[in-house]
Amino acid sequence: MATVEMSFTPLPAHVRTARLVATAVARRSGVDEALLDEVRLAVGEACSRAVEAHQEHCPAEPVRVALTGTDGRFEVVVTDTAVQHNGAADAAVPGGGANGGGGEPGGEPPAVPAELGLAVIEGLADDVEIARTKAGLSIRMSWPSANAAS
Amino acid sequence: MDLKLDHHTKDGIEVVDVEGEIDVYTAPRLRELLIELVNIGHYQLVVNMEKVEFLDSTGLGVLVGGLKRVRAHDGSLDLVCTQERILKIFRITGLTKVFGIHDSVDEAIAARKSEK
Repeated sequence: MATVEMSFTPLPAHVRTARLVATAVARRSGVDEALLDEVRLAVGEACSRAVEAHQEHCPAEPVRVALTGTDGRFEVVVTDTAVQHNGAADAAVPGGGANGGGGEPGGEPPAVPAELGLAVIEGLADDVEIARTKAGLSIRMSWPSANAAS
Repeated sequence: MDLKLDHHTKDGIEVVDVEGEIDVYTAPRLRELLIELVNIGHYQLVVNMEKVEFLDSTGLGVLVGGLKRVRAHDGSLDLVCTQERILKIFRITGLTKVFGIHDSVDEAIAARKSEK
């Protein structure tokens, strides 16, 4: 069982809340202060990607985040269900959607590659596993922590 | 905290002061401001990020979009940032090679003027 689980309406405004909760649980789980910025940014990227995927394919479905402090590790899993609802082979990524900050108004292509958000996550998290499931995309990230399971 | 945006002209260059968090929720406001400035003829921009507390890839996309717009008019978009946690995302994405990143607004303006 996760230490903390949350699900939220796929709106950009809630991504900040998810970041704050993840950072708080990471701190409580014993993640080094120096790594908390990385946790915050990586979780924000994963949630932003999921929100945009849901807004495009299944806006009524919540984005799910599971935060787990296990022995020596703090793990975050962000899961979307965009593929399940759309049948698409790929999900939206930050900057790639119609509402993405990287996208330009008037249907112009985004200013940065669509995979940038995932690249940032891979650059930040100590351990990353990105899995495309039947339901959607699951991003599992973890960092070392000092505490035992909480 | 939310995003606060302000801008002023200094030595003929438009300085955009950004404070707070630039993410998927707030980045559209920065994008709109950059577009507005370009549309009214400001092609030399300095974005002061010294008070930015958070920046994600959506924010990077907005900055790159702004850079593309000013370059279309032979302009420039330089950044002011000394915060390691913000600089890190520029390094991870390789954008340190795309933007001029300076320690202060004065330095950014001086560097731009020296290139003219």
